[in-house]
Amino acid sequence: MKDYLVLRVITKLLVPFILLFGLYVQFHGDFGPGGGFQAGVIFAAGFVLYAMVFGVASAQRILPEGILRAGIAGGVLIYASVGLLGLILGENYLNYSPLSHVSKEGQHLGIFLIELGVGTTVASVMMTVFFTFATWREE
Amino acid sequence: MLKAHLPALVIIIPMTCAALCVLLRRKDWAFTVALLATWASFAGSCLLLVRVINEGVISYEMGGWPPPFGIELRVDALNVYLLIIVSGIGSVVAPYARNSLLLEYVEDRAYLFYSAYLLCLCGLMGVSITGDAFNLFVFLEISSLSSYVLIALGFDRRALTAAYQYLVMGTIGATFIVIAIGLLYQATGSLNMVDISKRLPEAGYDNTTVIAAFAFLVVGAGLKIALFPLHQWLPNAYTHAPSTVSAFLAATATKVSVYILLRFVFTVFGVRFSFEILPTATPFLILAILAMFLPSIVACFQKNVKRVLAYSSVAQIGYMILGLGLVSVAGLTASIVHLFNHALMKGALFLVLGCIFYRIGSCHIDRMAGIARQMPWTMAAFVGGGLSLIGIPLTAGFISKWYLILAVLEKGWWYLAVLIVTSSLIAIIYLWRVIEAAYFREPPDDLKEVSEAPLNLLVPAWILVLANFYFGIDTSISVGVAEIAAKALMGAG
Repeated sequence: MKDYLVLRVITKLLVPFILLFGLYVQFHGDFGPGGGFQAGVIFAAGFVLYAMVFGVASAQRILPEGILRAGIAGGVLIYASVGLLGLILGENYLNYSPLSHVSKEGQHLGIFLIELGVGTTVASVMMTVFFTFATWREE
Repeated sequence: MLKAHLPALVIIIPMTCAALCVLLRRKDWAFTVALLATWASFAGSCLLLVRVINEGVISYEMGGWPPPFGIELRVDALNVYLLIIVSGIGSVVAPYARNSLLLEYVEDRAYLFYSAYLLCLCGLMGVSITGDAFNLFVFLEISSLSSYVLIALGFDRRALTAAYQYLVMGTIGATFIVIAIGLLYQATGSLNMVDISKRLPEAGYDNTTVIAAFAFLVVGAGLKIALFPLHQWLPNAYTHAPSTVSAFLAATATKVSVYILLRFVFTVFGVRFSFEILPTATPFLILAILAMFLPSIVACFQKNVKRVLAYSSVAQIGYMILGLGLVSVAGLTASIVHLFNHALMKGALFLVLGCIFYRIGSCHIDRMAGIARQMPWTMAAFVGGGLSLIGIPLTAGFISKWYLILAVLEKGWWYLAVLIVTSSLIAIIYLWRVIEAAYFREPPDDLKEVSEAPLNLLVPAWILVLANFYFGIDTSISVGVAEIAAKALMGAG
């Protein structure tokens, strides 16, 4: 795709907005429609578009396999440890109320962090799936 | 403080540690984490058992949301029984995984194996403990997806097709279960299992939605159980999976699926709907009897010993379903005890085969000829596990069959008792073929000198073999808890 000037320019223009929109859906998830799942997919779509136009290798320079794998596990760990935090602070697992002195704020903070974990894992998984198929060679 | 959170901890610890394994990456660290996680989970399950016996049913509200709105973890005698089976087998198999991996896997990706193993454990524990029908499906998918990965890690390429076959069948099964849950939700407006069972009479037992849900559930669970005509995926999956995985899955995965069937048929739908309004007892009995015989006969003609044991597993599931089909406290007790005892005997036998595979690189019956002279301890363990599988007195297998025969006689169906004994005789045939080859035949000419299997493989195998004998003599725990569970299941209807 290296010769298509229009595609290259448009992609370069679009990618930051796609990533920004992904972050908007992520962080707006606790007020309106959205959340970690959708945001993760949108965020990953930005990288997939970039990889399709500029080549998988250049996309993988930014996000090598190791980082993606750490992202997959790291997101789950964020989720699990926020849940454990509630447990350590004396409430049931995944009860976010004790995360702040005001119960409602605690709930807000908890769901915010949990969705961050979800978003990280979903984005990493989507990109890993894409990169795995894109770099797959017949043996 | 931690004691109150035990129901959550037994599933969170393996889940968190699975993610941790991926981050650590180093093989030894991942192994240590996996080992500690399974042991912690087992310790937690044992503490839960004590609490359930002393205090009765434990309910845990996830996130502090009360049921039926939030997800409830609900631990009664049957739940904790399954937790003990899964985490107990998991703890014995985990140290075994370390050495048997060397031959069978790419070493630099071993941490991913431990991660998948812990996820599978977490999923099976989750199914056994949750009180929420949809949550049950989610955990079932966690365990299924990770078990497809584990099976595909097998030694040769046939493992991939076996895993794919299991994936297709398992996905159909899981989809049927989720359809059933959806229909139940439509009919009752609730996802909490206890709540559904209370609301079902209001929805009406002649409601076609409910009847369709029942049908979907039984077929879906039947696929996951490998109930006789739906068992095609099981022999390939267990044969081509790595030995460690065969042992773990054979001992736990089908048991948890039987639990799903028991829980839904008896607790959610209730005895009255499942057996009085719908005529399901007879089909269960017929399928159970077919399962006891046909796969056993097929097992007699197999050359690969792993495949012999896999077919034998399908046959053993017949005994569990037979107990279910009797619809009595005695029958259910026999079923539930057999969940435990069969986990012990199949776990032991598959671990022994792992020892043999480690040394001679094959589980083919001809390659195993004369092996007992070179690996006496390993083959002695095989004989021990085999005795239990046949059901010789003083072994766990005898206890299962004893209670099953008692339950059958209680109904006055003596011909079923004859069938149970006859099918046990077939087990003697297929196990004797292996023992005859290993003890009395000359080793093949090209077989090089092999030594006894390393201790970290042999010790877990022997622990399970000795457990077979222990629970064949002292049945106060295994039968005692099963009886409480059976009474609770029958009483719920």
